[in-house]
Amino acid sequence: MTPSLFEMQREMRTRREAAVRRGVVAILDIGTSKVACLVLQFAPNVNAEPSISDAVTVPTMGAFRVVGVGTTRSRGVRFGEIAVMDETEKAIRTAVQRAQKMAGVRVDDVIVSFSGGRPRSYGLSGEINVENGEVSERDIGHAMAACDVPPYGESRQPISAMPVSFTLDHQPGLADPRGQIGNKLAVDMHMLTVNDTVVQNLLHCVKRCDLELAGLSVSSFASGLSSLVENEQELGAACIDMGAGSTGISVFIKKQLIYADAVRLGGDHITNDIRQGLQVDGTVAERIKTLHGGVVATGMDDREMIEVPNPMAQWENDRRHVSRSELIGVMRPRVEEILEEVRERLDASGFEYLPSQQIVLTGGSSQIQGIDELATRILGRRCRIGKPIRVMGLPQAATGPGFAAAVGLALHASHPQDECWDFEMPADRIGKRKVRRAMRWFRNNW
Amino acid sequence: MRTIVSYADPSPSLLRYRFERLWLKPSVRQLMRLWLPLGVVGLSIWMAFNNAAVRQTVQVKGAQMYEALAARPELQVTHVVFSDVSDDLQQQILTVTGVELPVSSLELDVGALKQAVETLDAVKTAQVRVLGGGTLEILTVERDPVVVWRDGDTLRLVDSEGHRVADIARRSARGDLPLIVGLGAGLNVSEAMNLVRVADPISDRVRGLVRVGERRWDLVLDRGQTIMLPEHGAVSAMRRVIALHQAEDLLNRDVVTVDMRNGERPVLRLTDEAITELRRLRTQVRGEDA
Repeated sequence: MTPSLFEMQREMRTRREAAVRRGVVAILDIGTSKVACLVLQFAPNVNAEPSISDAVTVPTMGAFRVVGVGTTRSRGVRFGEIAVMDETEKAIRTAVQRAQKMAGVRVDDVIVSFSGGRPRSYGLSGEINVENGEVSERDIGHAMAACDVPPYGESRQPISAMPVSFTLDHQPGLADPRGQIGNKLAVDMHMLTVNDTVVQNLLHCVKRCDLELAGLSVSSFASGLSSLVENEQELGAACIDMGAGSTGISVFIKKQLIYADAVRLGGDHITNDIRQGLQVDGTVAERIKTLHGGVVATGMDDREMIEVPNPMAQWENDRRHVSRSELIGVMRPRVEEILEEVRERLDASGFEYLPSQQIVLTGGSSQIQGIDELATRILGRRCRIGKPIRVMGLPQAATGPGFAAAVGLALHASHPQDECWDFEMPADRIGKRKVRRAMRWFRNNW
Repeated sequence: MRTIVSYADPSPSLLRYRFERLWLKPSVRQLMRLWLPLGVVGLSIWMAFNNAAVRQTVQVKGAQMYEALAARPELQVTHVVFSDVSDDLQQQILTVTGVELPVSSLELDVGALKQAVETLDAVKTAQVRVLGGGTLEILTVERDPVVVWRDGDTLRLVDSEGHRVADIARRSARGDLPLIVGLGAGLNVSEAMNLVRVADPISDRVRGLVRVGERRWDLVLDRGQTIMLPEHGAVSAMRRVIALHQAEDLLNRDVVTVDMRNGERPVLRLTDEAITELRRLRTQVRGEDA
């Protein structure tokens, strides 16, 4: 039996730390339209700046540099999930090989992000009495273990469960209550579950490329990390990662992910609409979309004619032309549909109660002209197009919104937020499980 | 017209992918780039040399090439230059080195030549080098004889370190050097030289130094006089004797032996006539008193 995803996280975390110490980690963003691989070189701790006082250690592990980038067109992926494993494996191999070639180093550990798997968010809360008056790591572990987990379904697995805030007695909103004095410790957690088989397929595919998994996260979370500025992450913002196969939504407050979801609609659907509407090939439709696409029509667009190559043309003069407003007419309903779905999810998430409600569009499809205007109208709030934060060594070609998830994963690798995995599971639970396992072994063997 | 373009699959095959990942391992790369070629070259050389015929050919070729190189006129040594030494010694050096001119400088072992020259007794140190223009330069520092040592029947010249320089036939050949006699005398030349130097005021009377029992020195003067010196502190004892001589004119009197072996109790041995005379005088003095 494969270990559950939740149990694998701890192993992945140690592997990632080892890889960061060794200096080379790869980021693999498996998307519907492209597979991107970044090779990160972490600076050794030699140039650590002297800390202000000895008590405060300056974390130097954040200093990384992108030394290799490999991008290839994704194959065999639909809605961010693997449809044809061989094809996906080939795409991963291509991307990894290119990145390795550029970096000149071999990578063994990859951190993977994916957009599919129907992520679903749960808010959990637990409360315990503090044992010794002072909150210790044990108490935090107990509080997290005391959260009642909702039934999330047989075929689903939690991929992350992070404490969002702690409440000690009547003092809410604590980020780290360790060492504080109080009686009642309550924790609010955010748990993200994904479809188990989708993730297992993905992991299997990565394993088949001789790579070891050093981390796994949902791409909407990663995009949020790279596209939202610090202020937005702190005060509350939503990141809408408009990919090709699915559109991810992630809501952040206090630098914590509190909601993640995905709409299974994306840029590929727009391309398909153009294909059907204009009767052209897929590649041609994609080209027309990226070159001339838009969602807000103006009077000028009626006169701007786009030449549509006709595969069945027999003569030189047998050419078709469509006006740009026609193209916009094809694209706009689909974009509206996507954004309306997003609005629905955002409304369900309780986004409207956040103190600040910035919405940031990112991902490849957010480059459609005028989409910010349309999103502002549909979502009812000011939207901006977000490009991922600039990181050292990233080539110009990989700085677009389409690389938001990859860059976000790199940031996540350098500044991990999953210290909560360090909190030990309460001994009573571990003990119970161990006894149960021993009993089972006894029964099976005698 | 519709053109059908087929694109090659950009993805690497699994084998190629694995190979490239293997190749990116630094250890593998070093193995392939450095150790494997070295190994192949080494192995092929070893295998070639395993064949006796090949080895023979290589040896013969090598010897031929060496000979051709050694025979070149640029490498010939045609004459020998000596430092300022006597013809006799030059002849000795040439004999001992056994150099037959002309000779190729490749075949000259300068170190061995130097050692051979230094085996000569008359040579203290030597410097041998091949200069440009076919010159072999042999620079020598000769040993300087300081005493003549009569060792049994042979008379030999010895330098200040006690090393033999040459034999001589007659003492008069080197009358300017002091003579030392006795077993082991040649091993303590420096002390003997010190004694001779201290005995400089009476140098016209000194006949030589005798090593007694391989232990101590006797200074022999003319008229059969002997100064017996102790094993330790011979020089200071000698100084005392010289001081006595200068104050009391000791050695010009009727003394046979000045025995300084016991520093606290020097003893004089007089001649028989002197003793008789001394007794007579004492009796005379006592008789007057009585």
